[in-house]
Amino acid sequence: MAHLSPEICSRAEAIVACYPQRRSALIPLCHLAQAQDGWLTPEAMEDIAALVGCTPAEVRGTASFYDMLHTEPVGRHVVTVCTNVACMLAGAYEVLDHAEATLGISVGQTTADGEFTLEEAECLAGCDNAPCVQVNHRFFGPLDPDAFDVLANDLRSGRLAETVPAHGVLSRVDRSVGLPAQEARSAPGAGQGEAAVGPIAGAVPQ
Amino acid sequence: MITQSPRIVTSRVELDDSFTLERYLATGGYEGLRKGLGMKPADVAAEVNKASLLGRGGAGFPAGRKWSMLRDAPTRYLVVNGDESEPATFKDHMLIERDPHQIIEGTAIAAYATGAAQAFIYCRGEFALGLERLQQACNEAYAHGAIGSDILGTGYALDIVIHPGAGAYICGEETALLESLEGKRGFPRIKPPFFPAAVGLYGEPTVVNNIETVSNLPWILLKGGDRFAALGEGSSAGTRLFALSGRVEHPGWFEIEMSKTTFRDLIYDPSLGAGIPDGKALRAFIPGGVSAPWFGPDELDLGLNQDAVGKAGSMLGSGSVVVMDSETCPVRVAWRIARFFHRESCGQCTPCREGSGWIEKIMHRLEQGLGREQDIDLVLDACDNISPGLSWPPKQTTICVFGPSIPSAIVSVAKMFRDELLMHVKEGSCPFPPDELRRG
Repeated sequence: MAHLSPEICSRAEAIVACYPQRRSALIPLCHLAQAQDGWLTPEAMEDIAALVGCTPAEVRGTASFYDMLHTEPVGRHVVTVCTNVACMLAGAYEVLDHAEATLGISVGQTTADGEFTLEEAECLAGCDNAPCVQVNHRFFGPLDPDAFDVLANDLRSGRLAETVPAHGVLSRVDRSVGLPAQEARSAPGAGQGEAAVGPIAGAVPQ
Repeated sequence: MITQSPRIVTSRVELDDSFTLERYLATGGYEGLRKGLGMKPADVAAEVNKASLLGRGGAGFPAGRKWSMLRDAPTRYLVVNGDESEPATFKDHMLIERDPHQIIEGTAIAAYATGAAQAFIYCRGEFALGLERLQQACNEAYAHGAIGSDILGTGYALDIVIHPGAGAYICGEETALLESLEGKRGFPRIKPPFFPAAVGLYGEPTVVNNIETVSNLPWILLKGGDRFAALGEGSSAGTRLFALSGRVEHPGWFEIEMSKTTFRDLIYDPSLGAGIPDGKALRAFIPGGVSAPWFGPDELDLGLNQDAVGKAGSMLGSGSVVVMDSETCPVRVAWRIARFFHRESCGQCTPCREGSGWIEKIMHRLEQGLGREQDIDLVLDACDNISPGLSWPPKQTTICVFGPSIPSAIVSVAKMFRDELLMHVKEGSCPFPPDELRRG
């Protein structure tokens, strides 16, 4: 792997092992790459392609379909304001207008210091706290302009570093358990099949 | 009437540590699975059939029947759909964060009943905390022996993989979800075959169940399908989570006995929505997600029953109810819904990809007061190209039901609020106050 760190690569291999087909790990691996770089660099896409067994173009083709996967650089904090109906009725566009004015950027842009990227989201399923905002996919709300300013200052100063980890929604909790298929293989006398991670043989009760 | 029905899926979610294994075990956790593993898989399915559990994802298909449609094959898969993205729906999000072990247990029960070799829980990517809680629960369940190679000492083996999405509404459509799970763009698959039960994940027979659906299974096994079926009425049995938002005093989720409670109860009862702020009048409400045709004050006394709402010309859908009061501009709401569909169309089918853009643009200029009277017919014509006849249930010119869902809000506004539409045209601006934050 030329680009992804050894640690990310070993996590990636563990994720690939969970699926009957390697390609299924493509999206989780994109999240891992974003945990390292903040966005999906062309170099990371090459590494992911090698890990899941497809071409870098197929990684880009898939990733570009999904809102959370950034094929261009983004700021340290991606601030996503929901403006769908429930949040709109609670004044979300007022929050979004305020965010644009105070951050000095429009939706889709990143501040010059690289601190913030502003996005307008479709419903984030936080409607009981409307209007709601996500920062690196951590929820905040209901927010008004004053609360938004406090949030932005806290983010800038690093006071929310614990609550809002860096990019990549898989950055904190890993699967800590082996696959039954692997456990069976590592047992004495177990077969050494080529298919590393097929579905669990004999698991289905008759 | 608010009934005294038991809480089935939300019994522990308000406890601080509801998501931990300790709390789960202390409150009857994994006992439903233990009981199920002592039964034959077919008997587990029979119990769920007895319960008359309708799928809680939006289509309302009977869960037991979905299982029985599985094609016979050496390898079958179970996929649990936690890609909750229907606007104003936030029940699965809550269940994932607050009771992940209940989802793991329900998944294991469903996998046992369907003979699945492996189960995947597809969790919406934006639920970062939810993904952490689910993975943590999965790790704990393995360590506890509730999943893995010898479940609860019975010799039954099952692996569950927590899979993150990456932000695409269409991946809630089950065939798009399977494509996404295979590491591809979330393009819905061409039908037939209509059900993944015939051709699903990796081409194998697959059941796709919703998060709330599987969350009901531990209770059903423990207490019996009959007790579940005794709640509610007719085919709408048990309790259901409703997500209430918009112009209400207490937006939030509520677990309510189906059929016995009405929309009026949900919106106005002090223990539920507690009415509209400042005593304003109700203008309209969306009864089941933005794909559903709207209702007005006349439908308030309808029961929360799938068949009754269907007969009245809409659907309970995903169980999300959005309330509009007398100051809400219905045109603005319809425009925002059209904008949502335009942004989220996957782009495979021309009527949906192009039509959603036309509809969004026409609705936007109408809302801005820049429209013409004939724009009302024009926008309905664009809708008709996606769903000929503009009937309910809608006809379809596209691969999936996303397209035919677009006209619902537009047709509702044209039918219910033609005068308000014309006011926008005549006055050259929106006659309603802007949506503002509630302060104080």
